[in-house]
Amino acid sequence: MIAEFGHFALILGLVFACLLSTVPLLGAWRRNRDAMALAPGLALGMLCMVAISFACLTWAFLQDDFTLKVVASNSNSLLPDIYKFSAVWGNHEGSLLLWALILCGWTAAVAIFSRELPLLMLSRVLSVMGIISVGFLSFSLFTSNPFAHNLPVPPVDGNDLNPLLQDPGLIIHPPLLYMGYVGFSVAFAFAIAALLGGRLDAAWARWSRPWTNVAWAFLTLGIMLGSWWAYYELGWGGWWFWDPVENASFMPWLAGTALVHSLAVTEKRGLFKSWTVLLAIFAFSLSLLGTFLVRSGVLTSVHAFANDPDRGMFILVFLALVVGGSLTLYALRAPAVSSRVRFEWVSRESLLLVNNVVFLVATLTVLFGTLFPLIVDALGMGKVSVGPPYFNAVFVPLMALLAPVMGFGPVSRWKRDRVARWSSELWLAAVAAIACGITLPLLNSPYNVWVALAVLLAAWLVLGLVRDVWYRVRSGSTLRAGVNRLTPSYIGMVVAHTGFAAAIIGVVATSQYNQEHDLKMMAGDSHALAGYEFRFLEVVPIQGPNFVADEARFEVYRDGELIAELAPQKRRYTASGQVMTEAAIDAGLFRDLFVAMGEPIGEEGAWAMRLHYKPMVRWMWLGAIMMALGGFCTVADRRYRRQRSSAPVKAGELAGAR
Amino acid sequence: MHPVRRQRLLLVLFIVVFSSVAIGLVTYALRGNINLFFPPAEVAAGMAPVGQPLRVGGMVEEGSVRRAADSLAVSFRLTDYQASVEVVYEGILPDLFDEGQGAVAAGVLNEAGVLQATEVLAKHDENYMPPEVAEALEKSGYDHKGVPQ
Repeated sequence: MIAEFGHFALILGLVFACLLSTVPLLGAWRRNRDAMALAPGLALGMLCMVAISFACLTWAFLQDDFTLKVVASNSNSLLPDIYKFSAVWGNHEGSLLLWALILCGWTAAVAIFSRELPLLMLSRVLSVMGIISVGFLSFSLFTSNPFAHNLPVPPVDGNDLNPLLQDPGLIIHPPLLYMGYVGFSVAFAFAIAALLGGRLDAAWARWSRPWTNVAWAFLTLGIMLGSWWAYYELGWGGWWFWDPVENASFMPWLAGTALVHSLAVTEKRGLFKSWTVLLAIFAFSLSLLGTFLVRSGVLTSVHAFANDPDRGMFILVFLALVVGGSLTLYALRAPAVSSRVRFEWVSRESLLLVNNVVFLVATLTVLFGTLFPLIVDALGMGKVSVGPPYFNAVFVPLMALLAPVMGFGPVSRWKRDRVARWSSELWLAAVAAIACGITLPLLNSPYNVWVALAVLLAAWLVLGLVRDVWYRVRSGSTLRAGVNRLTPSYIGMVVAHTGFAAAIIGVVATSQYNQEHDLKMMAGDSHALAGYEFRFLEVVPIQGPNFVADEARFEVYRDGELIAELAPQKRRYTASGQVMTEAAIDAGLFRDLFVAMGEPIGEEGAWAMRLHYKPMVRWMWLGAIMMALGGFCTVADRRYRRQRSSAPVKAGELAGAR
Repeated sequence: MHPVRRQRLLLVLFIVVFSSVAIGLVTYALRGNINLFFPPAEVAAGMAPVGQPLRVGGMVEEGSVRRAADSLAVSFRLTDYQASVEVVYEGILPDLFDEGQGAVAAGVLNEAGVLQATEVLAKHDENYMPPEVAEALEKSGYDHKGVPQ
């Protein structure tokens, strides 16, 4: 009964979405205030309905309602409650409903927090969001209904959730990732609304900037969690595989990073307007493309789950409509909104332009590598796959190219700057960075040139930032006044750039210094790896709530001193019979020790064991967290709030001008 | 030259130079890093190149998995029910690797027609089958679970 209620609410949600996508848009066209004013109400109504529907599905999972197909195939009465809850989005239908819910959430958030936006703009933005909602809600209802029944005979118990997904990381990873994916729809909606109105100005950039930054920050966190989950849950010790599905989330991030920076130029200087609009369209299209790649199963991927070709077709058509429609609109309207402001080549604008070109090229190369197998297959030239070496070969040099330029960014001035000023401000940072790059890798022998280079680049970034922060703080009358002068958006930039530096060091150090031994071990054996002695004590059977496991007990010694006890498991989940590796990790800021069990070998109780020594792997994720924090921090900036309080005047002007 | 034009020219030059570097990198990187997929029947027919990285996928033949007693070496045969390919691998196999299940092995084919695998991928959940393998099986008249049709 609850399920029918949820189904009905979802249908009502679609009705609200249909109204939202048409009435305010028509109102904006006919300048009908009443019709435009309906938009926020419709957006909230849509959110309510979809939220009710989502709550009903969650209820069905928690109550083990196996009359529902999704519940029967993705849950089990023995599943712990917290995983019953996360199982809601651990499957295609439910995750799509989550997508729709988050989309409605963003729409409602725009409706609530942008009340001060000119009504014309607000109604267009919400309408565009409504159009996207229609797409996703009808996708959910017509091709992957989460409330489909298992009639006439429902099973007694469910198939259980895929064991890989029974993990705390998976409880929060999809919602955060979707917050990011879907969040770009706000930037997209603002861009389309601006194109419709033919007004792309600094105010538009200032409205859409906080939304974009928040979406970007969520996406950063989502990707970071995914990488972390892959690291400890897949049992291979890898943290990034350049897998099509990972790329699917990474491409919007790259385009979004370019967008975040390009929006800064548009807001501050009124430049790059058409470019920013194009990036907003591009970032959201890549989010949709990502959804298509994940949901259609066209690519071989470790993430791909069983799929249905109809669904792929639906998203492909939707994608074509969104991309085609928005690009057509762009082609029709963009020339009208180009700008005539000029800037010198030595200026912050050109540095941000370099950022944009680098990130766009990075996006395109990743896109190319991801779609190349599809292109080759479509041409009938065979089935190929593009491996990680390709992505590393193109991506790493691009990022290495970015870092030196990034160091100049914070100290540079808008419009016109002088190289002499840069060198006088940064020579100390440069010398110190070179010194760090040469000396710090000496701590670890043998000397590694790549790590030295990474330390050099990261130190250059951080020291340049330190120099700039110090300069700004000092310019205040007292230290306190100086600190108070730092705006949240400046602090956000500093934190995010520092995070990027940390991530560079983490990625390079862990790839270069990583040591991995796969070997056969008997109970009582010990093995030395990177100065740590791993002692394999015993294997004991364990009974979990919905699995049985063999647990290996390890003790790790360094210089004869016990520093960690590790207990990796090999689980067999009772409902599905699926086998899962549960790695054991001793985490630290400067190194991780990682043990995973392979399979039993021979008759005498020996096991294949995977031992890893991973230095500084945490820096990468901490760096990503800092980047996200930086993104969130910028939103607190006063100028976004001030904008809101002064906006009604503008709305009046606009209505008068029209 | 008019400053605006000069600025545009520089911009265009910058984009051209940069994108050519990127395209150069991409082609260079692609050259050694694309692996063609071959079903076992094509390998047996001698259509797969020897000594180049490639991938072979199919079902793991029942009773073909042999593990060494003292190392992590393992050998098995992949089949599409028309022909089979011997695969040798040293390392830990994925959790869902099993006899009678689909798998893809990436590596290099030697003169004797044995695939020296550097990576073995198994499916990720119960119902999933890599699309290439599903297609290869379909060609031999089997569905994606290896059931004859």
